Amino acid sequence: MITIQGKGVSKGIAKGPLYFFQRPDTTVTQKTVTDIEAEKVRLAVAQAASIEQLNILVEKCQEDAGEEMATLFETHAMFVEDEDFVEYITSLIEEESCNAEYAVEQAGEQFSAMFAAMDDSYMQARAADIKDVTKRILNNLLGVVDGGINSDVPVILAADDLAPSETLQLDKSKILGFVTQGGSGNSHTAILARTMGIPAICGAGEALQENYHGRASYIDGETGQLIIDPDALTLAALKEKFEKQQETKRLLETMKGKEDVTLDGKKLLLYCNIGSPEDVAAVQANDGQGIGLFRSEFLYLSASDYPSEDEQFEAYRSVASAMNGKRVVIRTLDIGADKQVDYFDMKKEENPALGVRAIRICLNRPEIFRTQLRALYRASVYGKIAIMFPMITSVWEVKECKRACQSVMNELEAEGIPYDKDTELGIMIETPASIFVAEELAKLVDFFSIGTNDLTQYTLACDRQANNLGKFYDPHHPALLRAIKMAADAAHKAGIWIGICGELGADISMLPTFLAMGIDELSVSPAAVLPVRAAIRQSIAKICTLEMLEC
Amino acid sequence: MKQFEFTVRDPLGIHARPAGMLVKEAKAFADTVVTITKGGTTVKATQLMKLMSLGVKQGDVVTVAAEGTNEDAAIKAISDFLNNNL
Repeated sequence: MITIQGKGVSKGIAKGPLYFFQRPDTTVTQKTVTDIEAEKVRLAVAQAASIEQLNILVEKCQEDAGEEMATLFETHAMFVEDEDFVEYITSLIEEESCNAEYAVEQAGEQFSAMFAAMDDSYMQARAADIKDVTKRILNNLLGVVDGGINSDVPVILAADDLAPSETLQLDKSKILGFVTQGGSGNSHTAILARTMGIPAICGAGEALQENYHGRASYIDGETGQLIIDPDALTLAALKEKFEKQQETKRLLETMKGKEDVTLDGKKLLLYCNIGSPEDVAAVQANDGQGIGLFRSEFLYLSASDYPSEDEQFEAYRSVASAMNGKRVVIRTLDIGADKQVDYFDMKKEENPALGVRAIRICLNRPEIFRTQLRALYRASVYGKIAIMFPMITSVWEVKECKRACQSVMNELEAEGIPYDKDTELGIMIETPASIFVAEELAKLVDFFSIGTNDLTQYTLACDRQANNLGKFYDPHHPALLRAIKMAADAAHKAGIWIGICGELGADISMLPTFLAMGIDELSVSPAAVLPVRAAIRQSIAKICTLEMLEC
Repeated sequence: MKQFEFTVRDPLGIHARPAGMLVKEAKAFADTVVTITKGGTTVKATQLMKLMSLGVKQGDVVTVAAEGTNEDAAIKAISDFLNNNL
């Protein structure tokens, strides 16, 4: 038995073979072939395999990710057979007697360059689709499996660390859990694991060796342990825990389709936090009533340049239409502090958490803000979008945000582009300043949403990234809870709704306090919806007290 | 040969999704060649990448032409498709 201690970043137990993430080598070199016909046959086989894979993806998307993604893969399948594309490849094979890999790669470069050279940013972005398709055909020619997991059975995925683009491409049906050598609770792997509701351990360090590949393992996201080939005693304990977890899962399944209402009839809005359009599938699978926080940062973090209006529009529109009229709260860009983006060219700050971040960037650089607001308003007619501004401290900021919204609406009006003028506007309550002026802020907006992570950090003067603050970083601190109550009272006085979208929203021990305050909405990670729903349905709002606010 | 002009109303123009659907429509008429022309460049409606590379935007006028044994039906189908989707 081998025990490796890391940090548990997503709860749960998983058992399965340990699988080391493979970064396939797809370097292509030009080779001379003698049998041109054989090369063409290889191409045809790879094309057929690609189309088959894409058709499977289309079906999978129709089941869980929505029509939008399905159509994308349908288009990819058509690219594989595109007459000009194929013609280019075959004539290259014939004329240069080269290997199919080389011809495919050349065609991919040629056609993606054609799109990249267009003057329309939407079409420029299609270059990525051509590259994606090219890679798929190449993988099939080379016999490598994309997504890094070449296994028939689901596995516990091990890696040094996973890049955001790598986590996006993973075949998620093959993953039972994650264990990484590096990373932190905020890494993409951790966030992905929590969204998927599967266990993850990070920071396992050098002890996690590649020669453990294939060994039968357990990971426990609670204790942060990876156990390889457990002995009888450990196995029995793990099995019991695992079965208990399965039982809880079964019980939670019965919560699907149920209302979020307490025993005495107080209804709550139970929404989800998501980080990309892909996560909508998890929201639907867990029966979230809406989206309480859609972090728009992914658009900026995953790009090498400012995302265009059309790109953003597509992302917002796809989520709004997939949610089919349910509320989708989209937070405007929240970078700075722990989320840095090179092309923003931000000055290095001594104290980035107190620096130019989130709404401050938007108000300083109106052109960036305008692009995002235009995309949001254009998408607003495809569903029920609400716009939320982060890091508000002052009344003037909100007024300026609203002016920016109004001027974007005027532009769209003049251009004859449809938008929803009644799009709800709200703010994040995550600074002590916003608490103190909450009454005035509440008069200007349609809703409040409390970001408990930042509110805790700023209220308690505890850096949320630092891991040595321990007992000082107390998310149940009465000061924080009193702050939340002040915001809730201000919201209700002005007749607007208030929600909680930080980690604390999913903290079931806090539910009675939130009910006592009259919090209207909780936005939690998709995997937390059913446990929170179960807790809501066992609560009696009338008897909840504010005792946790006492020191 | 039959032809007609069409002004694109979709804010994204002939983007990937409708282009793919258009190719499907056009492929249904095997014995008829359907072409799309914008600004002097003509592509077959079955050439997906070339069709997208025309970069047809909102407000652009394209000419759709069909030639072959089934040209009437093809013109009607493509015209219905464009009116409903673009």
